[in-house]
Amino acid sequence: MSREQQAVQQARKAFLTGRSKPLDYRIKQLQNLKRFIKEKTTDINNAMRNDLHKTANATQLFEILGLEGEINLAVSKLTEWAAPRPVNKNLLTIADDVYIQPEPLGVVLIIGAWNYPIAVTLQPLVGAIAAGNAAVVKPSEVSSHTAKVMELLPLYLDPEMYQVVTGGVPETQELLKQRFDHIFYTGNSTVGKLVMEAAARHLTPVTLELGGKSPCYIDKNCDIRIACRRITWGKYMNCGQTCIAPDYVLCESSIQDKVINEIQKCIQEFYTNDPKSFADYGRIINQRHFKRIMALLEDSTVAIGGDSDESECYIAPTVLRDVTSGSKVMQEEIFGPILPIITVNGLNEAIQFINEREKPLALYVFSPSKKVIKQMISETSSGAIVANDCLVHFTISDLPFGGIGNSGTGCYHGKYSFDQLSHLRSCLIKKLNMEGVNQMRYPPHTTKKLRWARILLLKQVNLARWRQVAQVAMLAALAAFVGQSRCFMVNGRMSCRFSRTDAPPSDERYDKRGCLVLMFRDVTALELRSVPLF
Amino acid sequence: MSNTGVVDMESQKQVLERVRGAFRSGVTLPVKFRLTQLEAMMSLFEDNETLILEAMHKDLAKPKFEAVLSEIDMVVNDLCYTISNLQSWIQPTYVGTNLATKLDDCFVRREPLGVVLIIGAWNYPLQLILSPLIGAIAAGNCAILKPSEISRATEKLLSELIPKYLSQECYAVICGGAEETKTLLENRFDHIFYTGSQSVARCILQAAAVHLTPVTLELGGKCPCLIYGRLDMKAAAKRLVWAKFFNAGQSCVAPDYVLCTAETRDMLLPFVKEALDSFYGSEPQQSPDMGRIVTDRHWDRLVELLKKSEGKIVIGGESDKKTRYIAPTVLVDVKESDALMQEEIFGPILPILIIKSLDEGINFINEREKPLALYAFSDESQVVTTVLERTSSGGFCSNDGIVHMSLSGLPFGGVGASGMGNYHGRWGFETFSHKRGCMLRGWGLERVNVLRYPPYTESNLSWLRWATTSKKKGWAGCSVM
Repeated sequence: MSREQQAVQQARKAFLTGRSKPLDYRIKQLQNLKRFIKEKTTDINNAMRNDLHKTANATQLFEILGLEGEINLAVSKLTEWAAPRPVNKNLLTIADDVYIQPEPLGVVLIIGAWNYPIAVTLQPLVGAIAAGNAAVVKPSEVSSHTAKVMELLPLYLDPEMYQVVTGGVPETQELLKQRFDHIFYTGNSTVGKLVMEAAARHLTPVTLELGGKSPCYIDKNCDIRIACRRITWGKYMNCGQTCIAPDYVLCESSIQDKVINEIQKCIQEFYTNDPKSFADYGRIINQRHFKRIMALLEDSTVAIGGDSDESECYIAPTVLRDVTSGSKVMQEEIFGPILPIITVNGLNEAIQFINEREKPLALYVFSPSKKVIKQMISETSSGAIVANDCLVHFTISDLPFGGIGNSGTGCYHGKYSFDQLSHLRSCLIKKLNMEGVNQMRYPPHTTKKLRWARILLLKQVNLARWRQVAQVAMLAALAAFVGQSRCFMVNGRMSCRFSRTDAPPSDERYDKRGCLVLMFRDVTALELRSVPLF
Repeated sequence: MSNTGVVDMESQKQVLERVRGAFRSGVTLPVKFRLTQLEAMMSLFEDNETLILEAMHKDLAKPKFEAVLSEIDMVVNDLCYTISNLQSWIQPTYVGTNLATKLDDCFVRREPLGVVLIIGAWNYPLQLILSPLIGAIAAGNCAILKPSEISRATEKLLSELIPKYLSQECYAVICGGAEETKTLLENRFDHIFYTGSQSVARCILQAAAVHLTPVTLELGGKCPCLIYGRLDMKAAAKRLVWAKFFNAGQSCVAPDYVLCTAETRDMLLPFVKEALDSFYGSEPQQSPDMGRIVTDRHWDRLVELLKKSEGKIVIGGESDKKTRYIAPTVLVDVKESDALMQEEIFGPILPILIIKSLDEGINFINEREKPLALYAFSDESQVVTTVLERTSSGGFCSNDGIVHMSLSGLPFGGVGASGMGNYHGRWGFETFSHKRGCMLRGWGLERVNVLRYPPYTESNLSWLRWATTSKKKGWAGCSVM
């Protein structure tokens, strides 16, 4: 048996013991994960320094902060997320329990990426743990030092329930042959398709966090200085190796020079005149990607930067001007510190340009005009859209983070992680009593039975409103039996009085026999088309 | 084999281009348009109830009662629910923000995916294609419908009625068999919704992988029915029999087989017989309320299963090829290895397997693929709770069968081998929507942003850590000072 097969088997065996079901267990594991991050801070920081030339502060700010936030949120909200979720009933099931019960799926495979190796590998793990699953974590081998640190996870988490399998392509392929209950993959579209294909064999659902070219439109009327600060920050963070980095800029030719000037100023402010020797400027992950990115520059005009050093995998913060849609840099996701500027004649052309391409993971629009922003939102499609900034939507746990089309399927963060890695099981808990009511649905079928069945079986009711009706109806039935009460309807509100001295108001729906009759009258009078729901 | 409305590859491409063009034009975006289409679908049902019932009868000899309830009313109910609620569903949902982003607008928009493909099944030929369509229309998509070629009368009816009532630009029906479906799947869709078998589902997933198309799969499996402990045998028998033999057992959520103790079986059987007699009379073949098997091929499969089975037939067993009739049949002494236990039955045949304890029953269920529905009959709530907590299934219903499907508030879908994704009511709307995270920032407070720009310092880090930490329990988290 291969190591990968063993890992999956162990995880499944652990899952089948049922010990990940109780919420206490899950919370404990999440707290242990938090401890791992805190106690291994130095190891993590060093690994990130080695893998991506990230400083400790950058690592904490852009990897750890978000992850800790997710863990804290999951721990504090787990009871709420995992609780049964009641839903509307119909009249026939009014006395039954109807709810959705979130349940674990089983064994989840998490394939991480190398650009934010801690964040994109462990944030899905938070969701997997919170939802009660077992997991097999496959960190990216490209960020090899961080992968090594993640091998320490079994010291903190239940080692059978959460397995870490390191390795490269062959190991990943071997893993993908096994059967999982969900596969969560972060990476590129090409491999995404292979993952989906492998999942197809076992009918395994997938979440794919992919990428694409995230466009960034700058309205000529905006505060270009501020826009460029935010864009520069978003673009060159992690040396451009961010799935939601603004990939390219679209703006009118009249502001191109100003944009270039402002970005130049920001680069100097953020990364000094010599980014190469500046600690807070990153490196390209490896030679292969370095070569790939440098090749993209070939047929474009460099406005800023352009210099590089292969021995260090260093590429200067670079801006290209007057880029055409046919140029090399526009044929694939850049994933590097190169910012092409493409000139367009205004918003409509920008929207057209964006819509001719695959739906991106993120879309950025800088404009002071609500009208412009609104038009951009309504006439394009993307995983997410941010106006007047870059990247920051990643930090909002209540926003679903995910792509559409080529940029991915499914989403996560916060409760979305929990729901994504849960099965929402529909539950209808009935009793064997009240069998009389069921008579109308049994053969032999008559027209009268059909009429009743149509009403009771299928009419959707708003629980809040009809629970009141049903409860009062039952009360009235009971009380009427005892002969002590009267119930009536006033201005649409049900009321039940228990005193004989109360005189009913003059309401045409009031009947001497009480509200039980009222309810059935209302029910039979309901037209199929006009089911009131609020 | 069928020539009714088979569209060749050339025309398929034209249809797809037309529909995609319609989506690009933005015509489906306004709520008014979507509501108009949904109301039109409502009229489709109101104007054509007789034609629909005729088609159901031709395809499956469906009794009028079943057709009305499960094909017409269920869909109309979903339509009402969707029409009444659509305005509220499409509103953006605003979300909480952390301190660093307090002044921003953060919300989630539900947006259409584009052009979706809905592949129907033959057992509830109208419901299984039109109910997903409701969600697709509500969410603002355009759609291609591919009805099952096995339920031919319904296929024909749909290809006539859909263009008559719905926008021809936005919604099209493409008919055909396996070959045409395969060709259709080579095209790119923004979502594929498939109801049917696991083997075809694998092909669909593989075709979808080429374009990274998300899919919803409504599959099947063997839905177990555990009957245990103290219970009202008569009521249980009636509900079980109703659920099992509805549509002659051809429901993806029909109780496939029963697990119970020998004592329970002995007490249950007379009530099952009684229920069957009261439903269909002593000669079910004469009852207008007993359905038929959809095709000769399916009939052959079922009769073959009965022949191969080593169980003992205690009720029914008769069949008639000419009318594709199989009597409501119950078998006992069925073992795990029996032919009836190797595949989803999908017919009016109910095997009863014996267990010695609840644990044994639960283990039996858990050794198998996760089913679309799981049923537990018992008057002891502890039994029901135990089964619920120790098993997994698409949906769960205690002390009844099938009816959980009729509740629009419940997501209808499978897990594991029984499917992925769900629909009905708002769930259908969500399935066919993209949840787009939107964040609108202001231009002010650029000073606050300074905290995040390089050079990255310890003090900036602490400030940001404080400002972006999620709300702790009981902390209002609004004021800065």
